[in-house]
Amino acid sequence: MAVGLTLIFGVMRVVNFAHGDMMVWGMYLAWMLATRAGVDPYVGFIACAAALFALGWVVQRLLVDRIVDAPHEMQILLMLGVALVLENGALVVFGPDPQRVRSPLRAATIWFGPVFVDVARLVTFALAMALTLALYLFLTRTDLGRTMRAAADNAYGALVIGTDVRRVYAVAFGIGAACVGAAGALVSPILPFQPAGGLSLSVASFNIVIIGGMGSLPGAFLGGLLVSVAESMGAVFLSPSMKELVSFSLLIVILLFRPAGLFGRTTT
Amino acid sequence: MSACPGRLLEVSGISKRFGGVQAVRDLSFDMGRGEVLGLIGPNGAGKTTAFNLLSGFLIPDAGEIHFDGRPIVGVKPHAICRFGLARTFQIVRPFPHLSVLENVRIGALARHPRMADARGKARAVIDQVGLGPRADHAAAGLTLAERKRLELARALATEPTLLLLDEVMAGLNPTEIEVLVVLIRGLNAAGVSILLIEHNMRAVMTLSHRIVVLNFGEKIVEGEPAAVANHPRVVEAYLGEEYVHAPAP
Amino acid sequence: MRWLAAAALAILLVLPAVLDSYAVTVFIFIFFYAFLGQAWNIVGGYAGQLSAGHAAFVGIGAYTSAVLSVQAGLTPWVGMFVGGVLSAALGTVVGYLGFRFGLRGFYFVLLTVAFAEVCRIVTLNTDAVGGALGYYITFTGNPRQFQFQDNRAYYYIALALMLAATGIVAGIERRRFGAYLIAIREDEGACEALGVNTFLYKMLAMVVSSFLTGVGGTFYAFYLFSLQPNAVFGIPLSVEIVIRPIVGGAGTVLGPILGSFILSPLAELSRIYFGQGGWSGAHLIAYGLLLIAVVLFLPQGAYPALRRLWGRMPAR
Repeated sequence: MAVGLTLIFGVMRVVNFAHGDMMVWGMYLAWMLATRAGVDPYVGFIACAAALFALGWVVQRLLVDRIVDAPHEMQILLMLGVALVLENGALVVFGPDPQRVRSPLRAATIWFGPVFVDVARLVTFALAMALTLALYLFLTRTDLGRTMRAAADNAYGALVIGTDVRRVYAVAFGIGAACVGAAGALVSPILPFQPAGGLSLSVASFNIVIIGGMGSLPGAFLGGLLVSVAESMGAVFLSPSMKELVSFSLLIVILLFRPAGLFGRTTT
Repeated sequence: MSACPGRLLEVSGISKRFGGVQAVRDLSFDMGRGEVLGLIGPNGAGKTTAFNLLSGFLIPDAGEIHFDGRPIVGVKPHAICRFGLARTFQIVRPFPHLSVLENVRIGALARHPRMADARGKARAVIDQVGLGPRADHAAAGLTLAERKRLELARALATEPTLLLLDEVMAGLNPTEIEVLVVLIRGLNAAGVSILLIEHNMRAVMTLSHRIVVLNFGEKIVEGEPAAVANHPRVVEAYLGEEYVHAPAP
Repeated sequence: MRWLAAAALAILLVLPAVLDSYAVTVFIFIFFYAFLGQAWNIVGGYAGQLSAGHAAFVGIGAYTSAVLSVQAGLTPWVGMFVGGVLSAALGTVVGYLGFRFGLRGFYFVLLTVAFAEVCRIVTLNTDAVGGALGYYITFTGNPRQFQFQDNRAYYYIALALMLAATGIVAGIERRRFGAYLIAIREDEGACEALGVNTFLYKMLAMVVSSFLTGVGGTFYAFYLFSLQPNAVFGIPLSVEIVIRPIVGGAGTVLGPILGSFILSPLAELSRIYFGQGGWSGAHLIAYGLLLIAVVLFLPQGAYPALRRLWGRMPAR
């Protein structure tokens, strides 16, 4: 999920405040697929990704495109507006109660030496890693991926050599949204979700991306690992409800001393 | 190294490095009161970096700067402005949503905290640079020449003793340049010392009492305009080595 | 224009005599959020430093005066200033960290959000002030304790708060402080070159803004009588604070007021319309759409657009 956010930022320098809420929709879509069509989320996540790609594309074309050059404050406010619409749209459509998706994998566990591991979490982890790797390969090996990285580095230059920058932006946004849709689907059997959760997911995404470095894919990945580990340790040593405190404190420290994050490049 | 009394600006051995690039290397020069000093050199010679070092936007890695007898290395830009050293920016930075008058008033507020007084001072400065008719126009809607004059007016409103002008004539046509030359000469006659970065050679030669030439961050020549213009090292810096020994056209 | 404002004020003063209690409540919220929005306006609108964590100041002010009143018997009339000072202290810390380390735009927003969330989480886990269960004030109706039987008393207090904040903002705008803040919002670097100590002025704006917001926290506490960390420190409250000046016109004197008069009725109407399911979130969809519309079509807010319609230049 953080990977998607960093992609959007890296390519377009737009911060997607609606990220978490898009993820929530991903979760709900997976749920719907599971309950209405009997599709297991571990298969259905592809459909979720596709749906959210479409959503991302539409949002970008209609709204974000217009303000790519606008001051940051305007971009933030725009995405905040989108976040509000998405979050409360979910509230209206799905109701406020938390949901969970049943998956046949849920109940199974296997042994890893002395540790019990949830199969569901394992599959989620494996798929997430695979998707991240796929995205990395896409960005480095394919033409479109390279075009996106070129546009990220120097939008004007890319324009000069004939790139349809607007299309690239739309694709980037779409892929970012797709990531999050997939993430939502993959996580839906594990975490309970509700519309109000969108905001904390957004903030968590930002946490990870800032710590790992905006615009850096490996940064997002490592940032995700780092934050999860830190939070889990916080849950163990402090108290479960304080674990967010750890990631926020980490965020504040990073913001102050190394806003580029661990791997990021500074914004111009 | 102690400051010589009477010299308005003393720069001693300042250097600045950015990553792998030594932008300014061991630069030293000084200025007297009432002087116009021209700072010239090819693009990338370190002139704007020197301005940034003088006005407090950058801190030198080494060296000292004394303005009006007091050391100013490490002093914040706004404090340096209050001491009497004002600057313009090479790429002009007007406050786009404010009117010309409001723009200049910000500068005037530095010496006249009361809004009414600042307004009056701003009006006077605007008339002085010839922007009177455009006083209530939004800054974003001005022509380039007008914006250059606005930039100048704003800095002028802070009532500086030393004014740093960074390529204030770039992008202007000959008539506009002539207007500015007359204006600057007038300012100097009224007592403002001026340090001028400029690529327009004619303007620099006519305005400056002395000229300092930079290349690759180092001072290569210093002297009166006539001496500098034909100096072989200056020709070499701008045009390349072959031209140094070329016969006069 | 002047007498229009005077007429509006006169109407507002006599309104409670003819309105029922529900309508009075709506107006109380209009005034109160306009007050908070106006306080935010100083640092967010004029100085251009977007803070999305102003709820933290409301929370600190609210909890401070509430706890002081319940535990120490300190009248909230004094407690509100203590709350304000403590909020200003946090504001100083956040401002100092943000401005000293040069955090701009998105990064500053995130910093403010982080601090607000930290406050929220800490309060949630502090049982001494009720933790997740919340902190409650028993209703005594005693004016000495900032409690009134009659809804209308709150109406006039909220109105007074809104007018006071507006007066302060108008005063700031007229003076060098305001001119500097506006210039800082336009271009900080250029300001520095003109002798403006941008760090100092941004800090001043932050301190004044957080102090006023903290004072507002006391009103919140003694109007609602219950404090929930998620509500009073949460991002939804920060959104409510921010959206009114943005929609109405950030960096203008009347913007937050106009914004509140647009948004609060809108919220109430959608609450009524969509209220069947029991969720009050639907009005936020309208907020979201409005925010999007404003950013795309009216980036300076409703008030400057209206002024342009009337064909006048802002007189500064």
